[in-house]
Amino acid sequence: MHPASLMTTGYVDARPDGSGCETKGVTRVAASPEIEEQIEEVVDIQRPWITIVWNDPVNLMSYVTYVFMNYFKYSRDKAEKLMRDVHYEGRAVVSSGTREEMERDVTAMHSYGLWATLQRDD
Amino acid sequence: MGDSTYGFQRTATGRIVLRADSVERGLLTSVARQVIDLIKPEDMPQDTDPLAAELGWTEGDVGPSDDPAVARMLPNAYADEQESADFRRFTERDLRHTKVQHAETVLSEIERSGDKITVGSPDSWLGTLNDARLAIGTRIQIADDNHEELANLPQDDPRTGLFHVYDWLTFLQESLVRCLDPSLYGFAEGDAPVIDD
Repeated sequence: MHPASLMTTGYVDARPDGSGCETKGVTRVAASPEIEEQIEEVVDIQRPWITIVWNDPVNLMSYVTYVFMNYFKYSRDKAEKLMRDVHYEGRAVVSSGTREEMERDVTAMHSYGLWATLQRDD
Repeated sequence: MGDSTYGFQRTATGRIVLRADSVERGLLTSVARQVIDLIKPEDMPQDTDPLAAELGWTEGDVGPSDDPAVARMLPNAYADEQESADFRRFTERDLRHTKVQHAETVLSEIERSGDKITVGSPDSWLGTLNDARLAIGTRIQIADDNHEELANLPQDDPRTGLFHVYDWLTFLQESLVRCLDPSLYGFAEGDAPVIDD
């Protein structure tokens, strides 16, 4: 699969002959719904979802480190590095994976009182 | 503050205890009750579809609370408002429930203790202390750089009392994290201080 066609998976060319065409510089590809789904999965693997923890003035540095070590089972060094990123850079990517996994992580962070969001990896 | 000068402490047999006089126990009780009051799941609209209600879903879109303290305790999961609302619809009630359960555990552990509270569920204490600090911190508009300013407010400022409670809860939370993982406070393994049971 050519990478360029992966970027256009939102399109399904409904023309009966099934051939692709060029429209406004975007390659349109003909694809059955099944193939369309598979392509979506490929895109998902290429761009996973991420959980971001944001800085806030309330959460304690020791507590944030403690949460990263206990929930994610990260080493103290990794947890402290992420905590410092949150504190000094304003945010840190703390995990990545499927959307469902990241929704679980974000909910866990919220239950600990950390300010977290999920999004696709940029 | 009185008896809780040392915050949470580890005992020689491995328990975590908090010495607290009746005023402090009263204050902790009041704080935990206010956390419950702020986020109790009953405040959310029930779904009119019985099955959806049974699953804990809410009807229609749920935005972040108009109360900034509650919005901070139950923040948006996505940058996008619509995606956040969809996510809240299926998860917010459970999250409220988890937090309320933590606060109820704290209340029952205070209730069954005397002036030495034994911590049976440290995660519940951490969660409730943190939620209370989020709520109060939002009320007094704490920022990264205004701690000094808030500490030196005149006595008659409405934020003064809240700030002292906030500061005390911060101290308690720090002491609890230190009990749970002394290495985060520079103690080598086995070197952290303990008290007699």
